[in-house]
Amino acid sequence: MSRNGPLALIFHAIFVIVMVAPILVVCLVAFTPEGFLSLPTNGFSLRWFRTIANYPEFIHAFWVSLGLGALSSFVALLFAVPAALAIARYRFRGRDVLAALFLSPLMIPHVVLGIAFLRFFTSAGLGGSFAALIIAHVIIVFPFALRLTLAAATGMDRTVEMAAVSLGAGGWTLFRRVTLPLILPGVISGWALAFIQSFDDLTMTVFLAAPGTETLPVRMFLYIQDNIDPLVTSVSACVIAITMTALILLDRFYGLDRVLAGKGDTGR
Amino acid sequence: MSAAAEERSARAPWALTAPALMLFVGVLLIPLAMTVMLSFHDWGQYKGIEPVFILKNWHEIATDPYYAEMFWRTFRIAILTTLLTALLGAPEAYILNRMSGRWKSFFLLVILGPLLISVVARTLGWALLFGGNNGLVNKLLISLGAIRSPIPFMFTETGMVIALAHVMMPFMVLSVWAALQRLDPQIENAAMSLGAGPVTIIRRIIMPQIMPGVLSGAIIVFSLSASAFATPAIIGGRRLKVAATLAYDEFLNTLNWPLGAAVATLLLVALVLIVVGSNALIERRYAEVFR
Repeated sequence: MSRNGPLALIFHAIFVIVMVAPILVVCLVAFTPEGFLSLPTNGFSLRWFRTIANYPEFIHAFWVSLGLGALSSFVALLFAVPAALAIARYRFRGRDVLAALFLSPLMIPHVVLGIAFLRFFTSAGLGGSFAALIIAHVIIVFPFALRLTLAAATGMDRTVEMAAVSLGAGGWTLFRRVTLPLILPGVISGWALAFIQSFDDLTMTVFLAAPGTETLPVRMFLYIQDNIDPLVTSVSACVIAITMTALILLDRFYGLDRVLAGKGDTGR
Repeated sequence: MSAAAEERSARAPWALTAPALMLFVGVLLIPLAMTVMLSFHDWGQYKGIEPVFILKNWHEIATDPYYAEMFWRTFRIAILTTLLTALLGAPEAYILNRMSGRWKSFFLLVILGPLLISVVARTLGWALLFGGNNGLVNKLLISLGAIRSPIPFMFTETGMVIALAHVMMPFMVLSVWAALQRLDPQIENAAMSLGAGPVTIIRRIIMPQIMPGVLSGAIIVFSLSASAFATPAIIGGRRLKVAATLAYDEFLNTLNWPLGAAVATLLLVALVLIVVGSNALIERRYAEVFR
């Protein structure tokens, strides 16, 4: 394989620096000892991380985000696992239409989804409630949960299942003892990717969240609208750290390249 | 297979997908239909939303030049963002693909990782880098002698395009990367052995083969940029409105929901038409690549 020339490597270095710079600068500014936005030139300080404790609305928003992400990803899987098994195993009329419908939340702008859910839940009397947020998040994370489960179900070795059937297993036992363990890596990765999507969503959630049900990105966004200070950088640094941890776990369990490369694939 | 078993296997896929189907019809298709309906309702400062069927909102969007300007700005930003990601992302994907194993996966992780990091945090990073007239980017450009006086990045379309291109870049790199995986390295070697120089190889061998990847990446980047919310809201501020931030304002500040619904419906329809149309064009033009 031919190698990259010096020009290509310079381009690559600048490219990588520009890609990393905004994330790095947020993390660095978070450690400033000053009372204003600046790079930490006279030593590092955890001052702004400690300040977060004085803002209960950020702490509360963090728990809302965590609960929302965990719960909506779980509920999405309850619907996605049977659907993925059906799409992976059966050739039935309407299969392609169903697959397209289930992946459609990827195609619909989140601002449109936010408006549609705001209108819908307000007329249903659920406006601003946590339940409404859960249902809305189930819809937007569904494609991610479905896709990774579908990949696992498509690549699964059916002979083990057949052996179990020949030994008299059926229905729920077959699913719980044989099928589920076999697709579990895909299901767990689907949950993790769905969780990250839910945890990071701003555009749709900003329409639905009310005081008390604000998620962390919504709280951060509303805060940035008024003023940008070191506090919001330390909160961002925490969010980045959480996402990185989830990414590393995802990489360990499943392989990040498979998760990311699978983004354009509908499992057909 | 017995008749009973056959009937069961015909019903099984529907039984398995029924819960998800009901969920999607109940809380996705119905709300979307309600939004389209809402765009035909009337609204007044004191009377609120009136469920009548009128074209008032659509007429306002069609005739008031404010909306034409706003939609034109939205699509202009999306087009420039798409061009920027294609011009930088495609070469980067090519360079990445030529790296050796360990470096390749490391840098792929560095470039694709940000995809999963909060958009608010990434945009905040750009706000810090741009930060007023003596932000880091301006300081760097001035010390390099590239510019004499600081360029305003905050609250400008330039800043929005740069920050959006950063947010969307992983999608472009990923898409070109996928196209490069289908490419046979032997063709490059064959061209070289026949006396083609590096420029000819890139122009005649590589470019035509990764073009479908660039174009499908461009569709993703364009549709996501045209409907982006966080980056235009933070970098553009309250004055430079795009479709998503305008809809947000109509819904949560002005409270003119029917007008906001009309803006959102128009954005959705325009994007669906553009995406479906260009997908069809690409698939016809590059039918042999997709096979």
